[in-house]
Amino acid sequence: MKLGISAYGAYVPRYRIKVDEIAKVWGDDADDYKNGLMVMEKSVPDMDEDTATISVEAARNALLRGADPKKIGAIYVGSESHPYAVKPTATIVAAAIGAGPKMTASDFEFACKAGTAAIQACMGVVAAGIAETAMAIGADTSQGAPGDALEYTAAAGGAALVISKTDHIAVINHTCSYTTDTPDFWRREGADYPRHGGRFTGDPGYFKHVLSASKMMLESQGTKPGDYDYAVFHQPNGKFPTRAAHTLGFTKEQIKQGLTCPKMGNTYSGASMVGLSAVLDVAKPGDRIFVTSFGSGAGSDSFDITVTDRITEVQDLAPKTWDYIKDAKYIDYAIYAKHKGKINVDH
Amino acid sequence: MRDVAIIGAGCTKFGEMWDRSFRDIVVEAGTLAVEDAKLSGEEIEAMYVGNMSGGQFVNQEHIGSLVADFAGFASTMHIPSTRVEAACASGGLALRSAVMAVASGYHDVVVAAGVEKMTDVETGVTVDALASAADREWEGFMGATFPALYAMVARLHMHRYGTTRDQLAQVAVKNHHNAMGNPRAQFRNEITLDTVKNASMVADPLTLFDCSPITDGAAAVIVVPADQAKKYTDTPVYVLGAGQATDTISLHNRADFCTFGASVAAGKRAYEMAKVTPKDIDLCEVHDCFTIAEIVAIEDLGFFKKGQGGPATLAGETAMGGKIPINTSGGLKACGHPVGATGIKQAVECVEQLRGTAGKRQVAGAKIAMTHNVGGTGGTAVCHIFSNERRK
Repeated sequence: MKLGISAYGAYVPRYRIKVDEIAKVWGDDADDYKNGLMVMEKSVPDMDEDTATISVEAARNALLRGADPKKIGAIYVGSESHPYAVKPTATIVAAAIGAGPKMTASDFEFACKAGTAAIQACMGVVAAGIAETAMAIGADTSQGAPGDALEYTAAAGGAALVISKTDHIAVINHTCSYTTDTPDFWRREGADYPRHGGRFTGDPGYFKHVLSASKMMLESQGTKPGDYDYAVFHQPNGKFPTRAAHTLGFTKEQIKQGLTCPKMGNTYSGASMVGLSAVLDVAKPGDRIFVTSFGSGAGSDSFDITVTDRITEVQDLAPKTWDYIKDAKYIDYAIYAKHKGKINVDH
Repeated sequence: MRDVAIIGAGCTKFGEMWDRSFRDIVVEAGTLAVEDAKLSGEEIEAMYVGNMSGGQFVNQEHIGSLVADFAGFASTMHIPSTRVEAACASGGLALRSAVMAVASGYHDVVVAAGVEKMTDVETGVTVDALASAADREWEGFMGATFPALYAMVARLHMHRYGTTRDQLAQVAVKNHHNAMGNPRAQFRNEITLDTVKNASMVADPLTLFDCSPITDGAAAVIVVPADQAKKYTDTPVYVLGAGQATDTISLHNRADFCTFGASVAAGKRAYEMAKVTPKDIDLCEVHDCFTIAEIVAIEDLGFFKKGQGGPATLAGETAMGGKIPINTSGGLKACGHPVGATGIKQAVECVEQLRGTAGKRQVAGAKIAMTHNVGGTGGTAVCHIFSNERRK
């Protein structure tokens, strides 16, 4: 039995703020951040956009690419910014796209890899025959405290994948994970913004897990980086995935298409899946894709994916990821602060 | 007063040791030193541990007991173990305390260790903890951090002596180069003058690469009476001189801050005790917490005239093979600066150089080596002079 992706869709809000504009407000050196993080600008949600609306947009694009909502037996939404602490985002998405009610749904949280954890859960329910198809969504209106380094990258966007046994546009050859208890980044209950361990988020956090999961995948599949046409690594900034790729032996050409962060920022739970969507937009039948996500706390999920002939039938049926990214409307910090709810209007 | 010798030296790798704790690293350093001295643990009589701020960095005080306990000397031997603190000069002061304990005849076999675990807290906490080495009421509360204070020293030095941006940068370039030969160093990569000059500004004129890093690390040496040294090793390193001095804790209370009075006094006391002059020193580990600090130090210790430290550095006189190699270990800048451990690490470097076991960074034929360890902006300075030949 093969499991794979039968439809996909991504969504990125239109608004952008440049790193220069944020640096101006805080008196930081914009070039330090642009060079240090390899991020030029980030996406900003509109005032009425949240993880639920972004998830719905991404899910609707998956529907445009052929997913039948009545065949969806499970919807799992991974995010760090679910609008409700208690009340699922997944049920909002299900209702909005006409799925259910004879289905299961739930929200996932595993920092930036909740979306790929949802993919694995979908693979499970489909393989077990609990659902005919299942939808995994990773989406976020990422939080970063004003003035914190995270503010330069915390962006908005998401992607949806439909997992099934048939009608594949891409087959998932294998998935594996590497998980430890590593407190590199966290947000406590009731806190508005996450906290992080600074440089501790690097080697012991991101790199340890991304490299370990990736090496596990290469070993279990008996493959080399050169066997893949594309690679996507979780992208909290532009620099980390570039360094991870280089360390593993992947080339800049392999990661270029999925490296969306420099132009749209880090969409946390959406980041790896938005990158994968950008690759699926252009992949050709037979192309092989390597994906490794990362979530703080910490863990990485790795996927070995082979694109099928059906990909070309669906690519043009919905807006493409890079088209969303290029359709940018720039705003200043004041408008950004209003959009992100950083200005208190409860009075 | 008895002559004293070092018979064993040990030092951990310096860097960001996320997976190791305060006690792990200091016990490792101590074990390395004891093994190096071919000593039996039961022979150890006392211990001095240099540590600046276990309280702020890892929420641990009572360092003397902790280290003796985890070294295995507390529960059965009950050895006296004392933590000494003089900010970034804590390590140098621990060594001086151990030397005095042996010289006085109180003890025969004493461990001098230094340790700091700095990466367990957020950077802001680290910066604030370090700022407690300055005058909290008159400097800290006014917003002065160490980069800012040393930037003022640099500005005045540049203004008065014409010290240039390139001369400052060359200190970092040289120390990174030296660290290439030191397997324990935190940064083992070559840099250029442009690397330093184009790095993020920290406190004008000091950029990121003018500053020593935040580091975890520990080091230890074993000191015994010189008369007993050959019992343990064929290559003892003798402590010829030790000098300690203070100055005003705050920079603004100095008549001049192009010179650190404590460095001058500690150096002079060490030279007098050792009966040597700056010309006799083959290599020196100085306290380059910032690039300007190395330039001020090599002038204050008498290697160069005041104002000539910068040009001498740019001309390569402090490089390997130069007139007086400075910071062959890579210094605080490139080897790393675990504040309480630095003074002992400097001694470990001198021991290896004087034994001729410093590998790629060996100063050929080194006979006399010196350390210079500073607390704060020169509120404390501790100097030691070592030789592989016993005092005549």
